[in-house]
Amino acid sequence: MIGYVLRRLAGAIPTLFIIVAVAFFMMRAAPGGPFDGERKLPPEIERNIKAAYDLDKPLVTQFGLYLGRLLTGDFGPSFKNKDFSVGELIAAGAPVSLRLGLSAITIAALIGMALGIIAALNQNRATDFSVMSAAMIGITIPTFVTAPLLTLLLGVYAGWLPVATWNNGALANMILPVTVLALPQIAVISRLTRGSMIEVLRSNFVRTARAKGLSEFTVVTRHALPAALLPLVSYLGPATAALVTGSLVVEQIFQLPGIGRYFVLGALNRDYTLVMGVIILYASLIIALNLIADVLYAVLDPKVRLA
Amino acid sequence: MTGDALLSVRDLSVRFETPDGTVNAVNGIGLDVAPGECVGIVGESGSGKSQTFLALMGLIASNGTVTGSARFQGTELVGLPPRRLNQIRGAKMAMIFQDPMTSLTPHMRVCQQLSEVLVRHRGLSHDEARAKALAALDQVRIPDAKNRLDQYPHEFSGGMRQRVMIAIALLCEPALLIADEPTTALDVTVQAQILDLLGDLRRRMGMAIILITHDLGIVAGLCDRVNVMYAGAFCETAPVGPLFRAPQHPYTRGLLSSVPRPDQRGGALTAIAGQPPNLQMLPPGCPFAPRCAYRFDRCDTERPLLREAGAPAHLKSCHLGGFTESGAVLP
Repeated sequence: MIGYVLRRLAGAIPTLFIIVAVAFFMMRAAPGGPFDGERKLPPEIERNIKAAYDLDKPLVTQFGLYLGRLLTGDFGPSFKNKDFSVGELIAAGAPVSLRLGLSAITIAALIGMALGIIAALNQNRATDFSVMSAAMIGITIPTFVTAPLLTLLLGVYAGWLPVATWNNGALANMILPVTVLALPQIAVISRLTRGSMIEVLRSNFVRTARAKGLSEFTVVTRHALPAALLPLVSYLGPATAALVTGSLVVEQIFQLPGIGRYFVLGALNRDYTLVMGVIILYASLIIALNLIADVLYAVLDPKVRLA
Repeated sequence: MTGDALLSVRDLSVRFETPDGTVNAVNGIGLDVAPGECVGIVGESGSGKSQTFLALMGLIASNGTVTGSARFQGTELVGLPPRRLNQIRGAKMAMIFQDPMTSLTPHMRVCQQLSEVLVRHRGLSHDEARAKALAALDQVRIPDAKNRLDQYPHEFSGGMRQRVMIAIALLCEPALLIADEPTTALDVTVQAQILDLLGDLRRRMGMAIILITHDLGIVAGLCDRVNVMYAGAFCETAPVGPLFRAPQHPYTRGLLSSVPRPDQRGGALTAIAGQPPNLQMLPPGCPFAPRCAYRFDRCDTERPLLREAGAPAHLKSCHLGGFTESGAVLP
């Protein structure tokens, strides 16, 4: 198992290199640069700035310099957020996004699985239809609708919760953004769980478990659930990565200092180093979470051998 | 007869509501099983033989309804709440299934799958249950049982998995074992071993067996009595000897003549022409009439009821007078 994990991590290095290379050259291929503004800078100043950031050198040389700095753990300075390095920006924002994302995915997994199981056990009955209709609504309504709506209802009208700001991650400030992030995930997870649970409940080994005279609770939790979770595990890996790297919409609406906004704002501003930093973080998380999903697979299904 | 029967089934029917209409899978079955008796249920695919006994175990699909009566050791099984049913199934009445490859939980060790039955029904501790689980694997002749206890089902062959299934079923020494085509998915040599094992365990433990199969050869070797099932009802029921010597229902005769025989080489195998009836629209008369070579007018209008066919305990549902041992038709 440990050998397998180490080999997978070693295999991640070329993957990361390719991602970094593709992202680097694609960013540069996009028209415009970080210091292009409405007012054209005097040529000599522009030349000085470009020299300061190595932007006057050939592209391949820039890539080599960037890789060299990456190997020492330096993501470089941010082009737009002056006086901050990309490392500092990520170090400040990542904990916020991580906390929001992990809370949201944990809550979504628990509630989504529970709803999915309840729906599967009541297949084609009123409970099933209401849970699945609610899930369908949850999937189709985007966060930029739920976020202001919930803020208006619970924050402005009812006055129960603060409408925005991070406040060092106080529970009251977390509830609204976490709910908004979790809702669509609950919807997807409950539908996935219901589908695979219905299939597993029809399988022969569940019939055997019932024939043994086991309680319905044991049949569902011990015999059916682990088999039903397999398809969910492969969904949860990438979904977690997406959530913990932050959401532009949610962070913007609730004014949260996470890293989700860096992704979009960085790309729009041609803040090359910042975008590269966020991409590397996102790619590493995807790789790590897929690895965790594969290890979990082996735990849930003894037929899977990690070698 | 009903008084000392272990299982007494009366007028049992199973219906399934499907988008295409109601499927009458089982239509008014009656059956008595005495303690220690081995009863064979023979029929082709879709004749309702599995559904009859899945219904008794409370295992039919959720769109199915069961009516009629089935008393097991005095307890009415039809309509029994799940909680009460769970005290009976797995303990006093157990079932093994057709496909051993998929009938064990893939993510649980064999030991766990055995011992949970004992923990549930006998209240044993995990250590006690483990010891009994080992003994159970020995009993079904799984070699090296001690080391195999902690393996997963995928590490067992098909025949070995069916042995594990039998071991699970017999853990609480049930009074009745329902074996639903226990050897259909297995190699011929393994089939013989499993049947031999079932016969041996039956003698030693004195339990009754209901053997569901489409293989008449298996029935001849193991059973005391046979019920031939067609279109959800019994068409002939008799002790094994008379049934094979002088079958009284044309369908039984057709089944027997379609068994390949080594002493009649060369000729084509005899098959029963036609298809079983559509269970959504059963004909008003005899369900076998459209395929029957002996059919006459009455067969199309009046459904034949089970009646005595020459000898006591030999019943058939056929308007025909009967057949002699040589096969001549009696009026």
